[in-house]
Amino acid sequence: MTGHRLPDGGARIDRSRPIRFKFNGRTLKGYEGDTLASALLANGIGIVGRSFKLHRPRGIVASGFEETNALVQLGEGAWTSPNVPATLVPLSDGLVATSVNAWPSPKFDLGAVNNLLRGVLSAGFYYKTFMWPNWHWYEGLIRRAAGLGRAVHAVDPQSYKALNHHCDVLVIGASSQGKLAAEAAARKGRSVILLDARDFAHCSKGVLSFERTVALGIWDHGLVLASQAGRVLHRIRAGEIVLSTGRFERMIAFANNDLPGIMLSGAVRDYVRDFAAAPGRNGVFFVNNDAGWEAAIATANSGVKVCAIIDAREGCNEGLVALARQLGIEVCLSSRVIKAHGARAVKAVSVRTRAADRHFNCDFLGVAGGWNPATQLWAMAGGTSRFDTASQSFVPDKGPDSLRWAGPAPTEAADIWFVEESNAKSSFVDFQTDVTVADIALAARENYRSVEHLKRYTVLGMGVDQGKLGGVSGARIHAAMLGAESGAAGPSKFRPPFSPVAFGLLGADYAGELFRPRRFLPAHDWHARRGALFEDFGWERPAAYPREGEDLHAAAQREAAHVRTGVGLLDGSPLGKIVVAGPEAGEFLDRVYVGSPSTLKIGRVRYGLVLNEQGTIVDDGVYARIGKNEYLLSPSSAYADRMVGLLDELLQCEWPMDVLVHDQTEELAVWTLAGPRARDVLLAMQPDFDVSREAFPHLSLKSGRLGDVPVRVQRVSFSGELSFEVQLPARHAAEMGDALMQAGSPYGIVPYGIEALEILRIEKGYIHVGTDTDSETQPADIGFGGAIARKQSDFLGRRALERKSSASPDRRQLVGLKADGPAVLPPGAHLRAANGESEGFVTSSAYSVTLGRGVALALVRGGQSRHGEQVEVFSLGQHWRATIENPVALDPAGKRLDG
Amino acid sequence: MMRIPCPICGARDEHEFAFGGEAHVSRPELGCTDEEWEAYLFSRSNIKGTSYERWQHRRGCWIWFHLVRDTVSHRIIEVYPIDEVRP
Repeated sequence: MTGHRLPDGGARIDRSRPIRFKFNGRTLKGYEGDTLASALLANGIGIVGRSFKLHRPRGIVASGFEETNALVQLGEGAWTSPNVPATLVPLSDGLVATSVNAWPSPKFDLGAVNNLLRGVLSAGFYYKTFMWPNWHWYEGLIRRAAGLGRAVHAVDPQSYKALNHHCDVLVIGASSQGKLAAEAAARKGRSVILLDARDFAHCSKGVLSFERTVALGIWDHGLVLASQAGRVLHRIRAGEIVLSTGRFERMIAFANNDLPGIMLSGAVRDYVRDFAAAPGRNGVFFVNNDAGWEAAIATANSGVKVCAIIDAREGCNEGLVALARQLGIEVCLSSRVIKAHGARAVKAVSVRTRAADRHFNCDFLGVAGGWNPATQLWAMAGGTSRFDTASQSFVPDKGPDSLRWAGPAPTEAADIWFVEESNAKSSFVDFQTDVTVADIALAARENYRSVEHLKRYTVLGMGVDQGKLGGVSGARIHAAMLGAESGAAGPSKFRPPFSPVAFGLLGADYAGELFRPRRFLPAHDWHARRGALFEDFGWERPAAYPREGEDLHAAAQREAAHVRTGVGLLDGSPLGKIVVAGPEAGEFLDRVYVGSPSTLKIGRVRYGLVLNEQGTIVDDGVYARIGKNEYLLSPSSAYADRMVGLLDELLQCEWPMDVLVHDQTEELAVWTLAGPRARDVLLAMQPDFDVSREAFPHLSLKSGRLGDVPVRVQRVSFSGELSFEVQLPARHAAEMGDALMQAGSPYGIVPYGIEALEILRIEKGYIHVGTDTDSETQPADIGFGGAIARKQSDFLGRRALERKSSASPDRRQLVGLKADGPAVLPPGAHLRAANGESEGFVTSSAYSVTLGRGVALALVRGGQSRHGEQVEVFSLGQHWRATIENPVALDPAGKRLDG
Repeated sequence: MMRIPCPICGARDEHEFAFGGEAHVSRPELGCTDEEWEAYLFSRSNIKGTSYERWQHRRGCWIWFHLVRDTVSHRIIEVYPIDEVRP
């Protein structure tokens, strides 16, 4: 192949503006207006990549979206984008591109050894060969060899934008028909958007135009995503969609039809006419339709020698024959190319004519196998297709009312898809995935009758081009081999995106900090000033406050010990605060909680569980009665949002009762004072309410003021120590934090974080739902069977608890584990039974300074009746001996709760 | 992505809504059989065609409503209040 730039012509290039770019390390020259493909062709670059399976050398075959060979990795360093068709890359100064799927280089590629083995690498080879004894023995090796391009490991430094549009009419494709449709709609006063993958001359006023914009797909209710130059994502919601998406030319399958230098006839014409980029100096055209003749004649007219036109048909347009002969082109009718010759590029073709076999030397071959309308978007929008005999293609048939096809009209072609005399094993149908006529024949012999099964067995139509080049041909060859009626089977289902696109673009406005907005505590800066180490627990929360020389673990141990011996201050603001009020509030909450909130006295607090209808614990927390018809629920931080949603759903959909739900979670901050000196600190704040042990017992609630700030204080504890949970308006959070620290300074108060809280609650056997429970855990499994036995009425999940399985002695139940020696058991470690099977696992674990040993919680089969039993704990090859015990390792009598 | 007509806010993109499963599944009484409870929890009609569903405008006004939809074409046929019986 001897591609070169013609001395003149080239409608799309500007020779006064040269451009330098790099391909596979070589610096090359092109012009403004070139695509990377046309510039490579003009520079005589024949081999641009290697095929996926056989690593055969491949050259540019097409000029648009159907390009299947010339896939490049764009860019270098931090930003690269894999598998971009070179035909879709506008050339720009300093552009850097490399071939994909070739190592060390596309010219000398080690994977090409696969090509020598192609006799055995047929369809289904992997499925059949690597089954024995075990696929996983081979998987790693095959996965390394497979795949195209390289993913980037660094953060994508490109910036992407997303824009939303609504319009009455969206026209995709700025062809003359597309523009007519757009202008007609605009004249009627409708809002119109017109987009095209290329630059185009704009329509009259009233049409919003997007150039270099590719529609990626059509989804429900007229949603279209489109990529503008790979950097702007347009989300368009259109009332009506008009498609003028063009057409793709087909290859004909014959021996070695994949050699570099063999191209679609229309691509040869495009490169010569638009870019003055000639694929060679001496060409042959192999056609089954008149359009192929026109391409050959246009090529010859542009000054590139065409020595012969091989037409598979018996006759064709006499005028074209006369024109070709005038240009000195030899004409062979009723003839076929049966083989292309050459190692790295086409050098000659063997042709079977009616009279004799001929041999033509050539350095490029244009193939015209007919044209398929580009119905990908049509099909995605719900349009159907029918087979059109004249064009031998699937043309749009019926579609939804809001969808219209606006050309192009079908192009006539003969029914010739592959050359029967050719070696089927080197007659390629899908170039990118190396599917040959022989592979399709094998699938047909093995009774793969559905085109979708054919796709999965042979990989026809997979890959980056999604069968744009070979999908229809493959389906037609398959149908012929099965003896199916012509047109019975169309190509496999088209899926979005229409053209490859970067993930970064699809997530344009949801990347980085916008992916999931962070939730900050009202006193975030207060914590930052005290050296908090923040972690994301759904909210940004202090994990601990490490001092000089401390790591997270050491800080947490110090903070936890301080709560046990003095007093600590925790920001519990994410805790749920939901007020439920109304005449039927008590009755409603009785249906929600395992317990009976309606029996609670005003000013008192109770611990409660919430189940789903499968009987599984979904949340635990306290609820307080703050008035006759008013309750305050405190679901856990992680469940607060879902609890509000659940209550609202029940009231709207299941039990329409006279109840209001008010979520105060973000209105109120929470400071928790915990430790034996907690009451002293609160007293120092001079509260206007009685905080004595007698007047303010455990599990009760009081309202009042601390200084000028109105507060609601609950005596509840998640640490096992005397504890006051102070709720106050969020805007006072930092100021109250300062006041409490000052009031606590005589008692050595320290702020503590989530890590210390974890140690404290594990010592006490207080569960964290979702950590110490799983999707099977029911109330009785954590020791709350009695609450249900006492209750008469129905509540969420109750019926499920009456199933036989809920009473099984083999259920996994919550226990404590005490390891022999100083070990801290790893969460996730399994308890191994004598028969080697798992009978449970460690759910939470920590080192307890107070007890001087590790403490752990576990879910263990039949665990509640196994306290005192010795068990083996196993994780990642390590073993420990441990004893099952009461989950409450510290202060089982709860004496510390009163300080 | 569908456009869903919220009865309060008007047509909005599907990602503002939460799907609430099949509509008109009634919760059995406490005294029901295991089979009735199982059917309530797990058995759904999974219709190809006209489907009666519950949706919530979750990232909007929070209202729950009934929606009738063709599961093949995704055409929305009707929207009616959550407390109304199946039309």
